[in-house]
Amino acid sequence: MGSHGIKDRVAIVGMGCTRFGEHWDKGVDDLIIDAATATFRSAGVTKAEVDAYWLGTAQSGMSGITLARPLQLIGKPVTRVENYCATGSEALRQAVYAVASGAYDTAMALGVEKVKDGGYQGLNAVPIPGDGTQRTLAAAAMFSMVAPAYANKYGVSTEEMRQALARVASKNHHNGARNERAQFRKEMSVEQLCAMPAVAGGLSVYDCAGVADGAAAAIVVRAEDAHRYTDKPLYIKALSFVAGNGSGLTDPAYDYTTFPEVGQSAADAYAQAGVISPRDEIAMAEVHDCFTPTEIILMEELGFAERGTAWKEVLAGTYDLDGELPVNPDGGLKAFGHPVGASGLRMMFEAWLQLRGEAPENRRISTLGSRSLALTHNLGGYPGEMVSFVSILGTDR
Amino acid sequence: MRGIIGWGVHIPHHRLDRSSIAAVAGSGGGSGTRAAASYDEDTTTMGVEAARAALSGRAVRPDALWFATADPAYLDRTNATAIHAALRLDRNVPAYDALGSVRSALGALRTGFASSGCAVVVASDLRVGRPGGPEESGGGDAAAAVVVGDDTQVPVLAEIVAWEAITEEFLDRWRTPGAPASQVWEERFGEAIYTELGLEAIKLALDGAEISATDVGHLVVAGLSDRAAAAVARKSGVPAERVVDRLTAEVGNPGAAQPALLLTAALEAAQPNQYVLLLSLADGADAVVLRTTDALSGYRPRRPVADQLNLAAPLSYGRYLAWRGLLPVEPPRRPEPARVSSPAAYRNADWKFAFAAGGQEHDPHLPPSPTDDVRTPMADVLGTIVTFTVDRLSYSASPPVIFAVVDFDGGGRLPVELTDADVDEVAIGGRVEMTFRRLFSADGIHNYFWKARPYRVAAPRGEA
Repeated sequence: MGSHGIKDRVAIVGMGCTRFGEHWDKGVDDLIIDAATATFRSAGVTKAEVDAYWLGTAQSGMSGITLARPLQLIGKPVTRVENYCATGSEALRQAVYAVASGAYDTAMALGVEKVKDGGYQGLNAVPIPGDGTQRTLAAAAMFSMVAPAYANKYGVSTEEMRQALARVASKNHHNGARNERAQFRKEMSVEQLCAMPAVAGGLSVYDCAGVADGAAAAIVVRAEDAHRYTDKPLYIKALSFVAGNGSGLTDPAYDYTTFPEVGQSAADAYAQAGVISPRDEIAMAEVHDCFTPTEIILMEELGFAERGTAWKEVLAGTYDLDGELPVNPDGGLKAFGHPVGASGLRMMFEAWLQLRGEAPENRRISTLGSRSLALTHNLGGYPGEMVSFVSILGTDR
Repeated sequence: MRGIIGWGVHIPHHRLDRSSIAAVAGSGGGSGTRAAASYDEDTTTMGVEAARAALSGRAVRPDALWFATADPAYLDRTNATAIHAALRLDRNVPAYDALGSVRSALGALRTGFASSGCAVVVASDLRVGRPGGPEESGGGDAAAAVVVGDDTQVPVLAEIVAWEAITEEFLDRWRTPGAPASQVWEERFGEAIYTELGLEAIKLALDGAEISATDVGHLVVAGLSDRAAAAVARKSGVPAERVVDRLTAEVGNPGAAQPALLLTAALEAAQPNQYVLLLSLADGADAVVLRTTDALSGYRPRRPVADQLNLAAPLSYGRYLAWRGLLPVEPPRRPEPARVSSPAAYRNADWKFAFAAGGQEHDPHLPPSPTDDVRTPMADVLGTIVTFTVDRLSYSASPPVIFAVVDFDGGGRLPVELTDADVDEVAIGGRVEMTFRRLFSADGIHNYFWKARPYRVAAPRGEA
């Protein structure tokens, strides 16, 4: 047994991404058509030339017909997948494996979410009939428990922790302000962010991901065929996925300062890709900053900081656009917005732009030219009970 | 010998200051406080708490459960089954409701005394009145459970000596099903009839017990007519200092729960070998003579009335009105919860209603998994707050939600909602106990489950 990966056997040859935001004038079908059209154009293919499709959506539609109908696909296999907030990454993962297996030559993964039709702020899961004993806490509240636990464990003062959290948000707002597709395009200072009222634990609304509609897509082919579509393909170096068993919620040993599922998926991804020292080898990372404390823990789980030090690295600017290892150069979930099913593919879209030198100059990563690997990290669930996806993409084969 | 072998009381944590009423309602109010059920309590949940206090940690196996209230959470289906499930009583222990009238509580208690074996008789009431009216300010919310039996399991603490009941058809108060509160005839009418009935019943009971009024050590007079209760007590011949305080200054009148609540308070103050006379004035009169035994001195109730009177927290009138649904405040802008699945609740009843974890006592899993072949009851296990958060986003009938990760003594962890707690008093390391609550209602289905609340009462001091 073993997780062997499919390093360099599949490549992304085209990508598209809509603007994320409150699309009152666009429905699921519109978002799908916009993202798919841009992606077909990017790869230079027609919908008929794509052999199989995977649709990632958490709750904007059921079955592959949600994609086949607006695109008017004829006789194509379309699979709808869902894996919490990692749904978009899961769609790509399945499309890539289908191509790697030899079953199809060309596949598309498209993620979409229409969250602003529900009438409520925030994300609201479709209720599954149950015995009424399940936790109903907001995600923000679940993740809010991380900040005091982390501060307490590592001797960080409340004020220092507040500053570090605000610094995460400020960085991502800075990057999002330079991204025409982002939901929030306004810079926010640490001082402004620290003054916001708390809504869940110590977190304010500005510690939370933007809630947005949007769609993103990729077309993947066998690596040896990639240059028929583009001069600058992105090769899949690693795809890793771990579904936790929920034991963190019931295990008295869990202390809310770690996300073991993320550490496990990162280790698997690094092994697949042959990455030894992620902080020195990765050019940029798109990580699942659903809430500001999440990004701090992720830096440690992904090996970008030693345990207990990520908050200092954040304050030192390590993960800024011009820092040693830029994180969320597109603004992240915080500023780009979080249409659940689309977010994983949106992260890859940023890697697609940055590694190929196509990101606008004012938000270009400092590592461009010196490093060639991008990491995307996408999670779903809560501390103690999450799914975690890690991909590593690269321009060199 | 047959009599009372244990008891337990639940007085809700919150008190409404009656002097705060008039400023909002324009009139009414008065002095003192009334006990107010929390937004997540109903007569069933309060009944569970009282019954737990009566039975927890005691070597008593009930043979029957009776639940009486004038404010049932459900009609048609039995409410006592939820209490039965919460107490993890055997399936062959019957559970019955006695509903609708204040007097049902005396009927249930009398049935308990008249039957064989051990009966748990739970009385619970949640008294609502129109804002500014006397029912609102004079009412109270509470539950009390009396365990009745003979000497076979544990010693009898108070022997039943006599029970005389008079029934009379007259209408001094009324409430049609669905109406928010009782209406009352001119008070002088009820006062006059009940005073006569009470004195007559007392005489019959004293004669039956072959004692005189001066032999009574503690006289309890229960009933919704305060004026009649005072008049009967005054004219009873029992010395005034032996008349048990009706707790109107602190609790108010908890209707169907009042006879058992006041009887409990009397027993907690009584000495061995004293006569206690309980008179209930409801649609006639019930007069009960009990005689305490030597065993009383060794009995330590788990949650004494006095403790619960001392551990109260104030509740603003606005919040009280919102909790009772009389002030429809803006709800959180989140979807309301979906109704509970009945089949799922049925399958998981031992978890949902009794808080029974999976696995052995030294390694409990919360919630249990299908692979656990044993269940460990956790409702009486205390816990410690590992971390917590205050959630102002989630749906709640009374925001914000305070939510804590709780580690239980001896093992097991559950992230769980807190109740009866102020944001300012919750801290990491704080001790909590579990309490049975109604999380929400949807589509007319009440979602019962457990919450944690700050542990405020003194530890049990021993066992009879």
